[in-house]
Amino acid sequence: MRSQFVRIAGSVAVIAGVAALPPAALAQWEPTKTVEFIIPAGTGGGADQMARTAQAIIAKHGLMKQSMVVVNKAGGAGAEGFLDVKGAQGDPHKIIITLSNLFTTPLATGVPFNWRDLTPVKMLALDQFVLWTNASKPYKSAKEYIAAAKAAGGKFKMAGTGAKQEDQIITAAIEQLTGAKFIYIPFRGGGDVAVQLVGNHADSTVNNPIEAVAHWRGGKLKPLCVFDPKRMPYKAKVTDTMSWADIPTCKEGGLDVDYLMLRGIFMPGGVTPDQVKYYVELFRKVQATPEWKDLMERGAFNQTSLEGKEYADWVAREEARHVQLMKAAKFIAGQ
Amino acid sequence: MDEIQSLLQGFAIVLTLKNVALMFTGIVLGVIIGVLPGLGGANGVAILLPLTFSMAQAPGGTTSAIILLSCIYWGALFGGAITSILFNIPGEPWSVATTFDGYPLAQKGRAGEALTAAFTSSFVGALVAVIVITFLSPIVAGFALEFGPPEFFSVYLLTFCAFIGMSKEPPFKTLATMMLGFALAAVGTDPVTGTLRLTFGSTHLLTGFDFLIAVIGLFGIGEILLTLEEGLAFKGAQAKMNMKVVIETWKELPKYWLTSIRSSVVGCFMGIVPGGATPASFMSYGVARRFSKDGDKFGTGMVEGVVAPETAAHAAGTAALLPMLTLGVPGSPTAAVLLGGLLIWGLQPGPLLFVEQKDFVWGLIASMYLGNIVGLIVVLTCVPLFAAILRVPFSVIAPIIIVICAIGAYTVHNSIFDVWMMLVFGVAGYVFKKLQYPLAPLVLAIVLGDRAESSFRQAMLISQGDMTVFFSNSLVGSLTGLALFLLFWPLLSLLLARLRARY
Repeated sequence: MRSQFVRIAGSVAVIAGVAALPPAALAQWEPTKTVEFIIPAGTGGGADQMARTAQAIIAKHGLMKQSMVVVNKAGGAGAEGFLDVKGAQGDPHKIIITLSNLFTTPLATGVPFNWRDLTPVKMLALDQFVLWTNASKPYKSAKEYIAAAKAAGGKFKMAGTGAKQEDQIITAAIEQLTGAKFIYIPFRGGGDVAVQLVGNHADSTVNNPIEAVAHWRGGKLKPLCVFDPKRMPYKAKVTDTMSWADIPTCKEGGLDVDYLMLRGIFMPGGVTPDQVKYYVELFRKVQATPEWKDLMERGAFNQTSLEGKEYADWVAREEARHVQLMKAAKFIAGQ
Repeated sequence: MDEIQSLLQGFAIVLTLKNVALMFTGIVLGVIIGVLPGLGGANGVAILLPLTFSMAQAPGGTTSAIILLSCIYWGALFGGAITSILFNIPGEPWSVATTFDGYPLAQKGRAGEALTAAFTSSFVGALVAVIVITFLSPIVAGFALEFGPPEFFSVYLLTFCAFIGMSKEPPFKTLATMMLGFALAAVGTDPVTGTLRLTFGSTHLLTGFDFLIAVIGLFGIGEILLTLEEGLAFKGAQAKMNMKVVIETWKELPKYWLTSIRSSVVGCFMGIVPGGATPASFMSYGVARRFSKDGDKFGTGMVEGVVAPETAAHAAGTAALLPMLTLGVPGSPTAAVLLGGLLIWGLQPGPLLFVEQKDFVWGLIASMYLGNIVGLIVVLTCVPLFAAILRVPFSVIAPIIIVICAIGAYTVHNSIFDVWMMLVFGVAGYVFKKLQYPLAPLVLAIVLGDRAESSFRQAMLISQGDMTVFFSNSLVGSLTGLALFLLFWPLLSLLLARLRARY
């Protein structure tokens, strides 16, 4: 009887002790249950790989006390995932990784959401796009290729991932700038697109580096230019003669188009600054690991990583650009 | 014989205590995943992928990691057959065709036989495919490059035509349910214009109708409703429960050697292309029904009708790893997740993988041999156990099945709306069966409808609307020709019979 009383008294004391901790320690918000990490795209794609790598890094290095589950919500070109997060107003246990479909899906489908419904957390990286052709073709530069496309009079085929998403938008931007016309053929995933080009069923693609690198190294594809204003920084040889840094920018190659795809983290609207800060810190720690740096180099990512207002401003600028590009290409729903 | 030497080296890598233990773990997990409808191989592998991340960083760890994940895949391939045969609920898309004869067999009290036939032919199919991968990979790997959109469409067309042309059902009923399936498959996002269609402004319909929800409802719930009407008991409760049934079935199986070979060829072809395990199983079932001398009895519980789809599905599922490794093109949703895994571990699937990562590739191939043997042993020893489930009173097991079905439907998109849809499909399945409309063409159209549509429209974009693109080279021409021949086969044979009668 006595011992039980002592135990109860003890636990009361512990609770009192916790309550008496300095307020600074309490202000530090931490997840209190499993965090859901939503991917508005299918399994196996670029966003999926990045999110699952991040999840694995967080688990391996014990960066978060609670566990994290990754959920794919790819329906309606990612609208399913975005609507889910939009509907979870104020829920700090939900985060989402974005692709360009953050902008393109609401514009192309008219599904009611906008990035302003969400809280920007942190940009993780930007994904590159490279103009590829089959290695057996004679084009040596982007300029030559565009000239050939023009001469073919709209018969050249551009294979890409998805409809009215990043690949088709880049294609439209090239068309708007140069006056060349392409037949855009949408495929399911980046791997399929690369193989269609190797098999000569298409004339060019704008695959991400990681999607086409194996065929580049195998001597089947060649890169003409990268759609980044600056060259990629990775100097290690990828093929016998070339590194990522040796690929000229499209501007250098006479095709003044640039496009980078956001890989960033958002939370639902209505969360507190403390909660946002927690995830910013968490992903900073993820970015500091060697595993993350490996992923960046393998995928030849642009490692720009913005936070806070800078990030929100960047997203706003990109949104405006997408509206303009998609309007000109007549990609907007009901247009 | 470089291959044999490399393969032996692969066996040396795989045969460590740790790897064999991982193999068993993977197979058992995979069987469980395959049995639970809705969870599916792709989800199972995706969930475990992060676990393999630190595993892959140890020296030689990528081989252990791929052994674990690929064994889950083999296990899921095996497991998919179990619920198809016992309860008429396919756990995976490629086991739908297994229900056609597997379930009637179970109802006749021959569940043990059907399970043994399914597992054994799965093993045979996988074995043939691994042998093809081992010895012919340099030759066949490039074959997938021949496949552009017109070729893919002709393969899907061939699947549909093989199925319609061989069907015993009234052709217009078959056509009607198939068209309904196409309509359901069209809901969601238009693959070419990227706009939404047939969603009627509902956010629930954004994702379209997932095949699994339709199948769980149409087959699983529909079957339970039928059983409720016919009396609360399982047919087939007298199933034999000892290991003797395995031996007896094995004695019978060599009779179907021709079906096995045909199905293996269909499966390997569909895997390498990569068309996928689901069309392979349907096509193989259709072809077997046409060429078997007991073709008329298919659908009433023929062992041969279990052998054909299972052999083809496993051959295709296994062969699908070849384009994944050499070209980075996944042949199935599960292969897509495995592909993501390889990239996360820092391996680059592609033409150079076989040169640069010899240990990994040959370790994986060796694990395919061993994994399938382990899988066969695991599932065969469990046959009496599985068959015994049918002895549990219906009133106990039916609620459990409904709960599992509901969980399965919920898991697909984590949405309660899907559970309601499952019930709607269940009632539809019951009505269809009462009116004697075939369900299989509906399911086939839901599974392959959007892929066939994408390929057709891609081909039309390429040719600018010219239909002759489907005859533009010998490969696509012969595929389309064969498809049309199979479609009109019943008419042709009727015509031939009349001509013969006249002269």
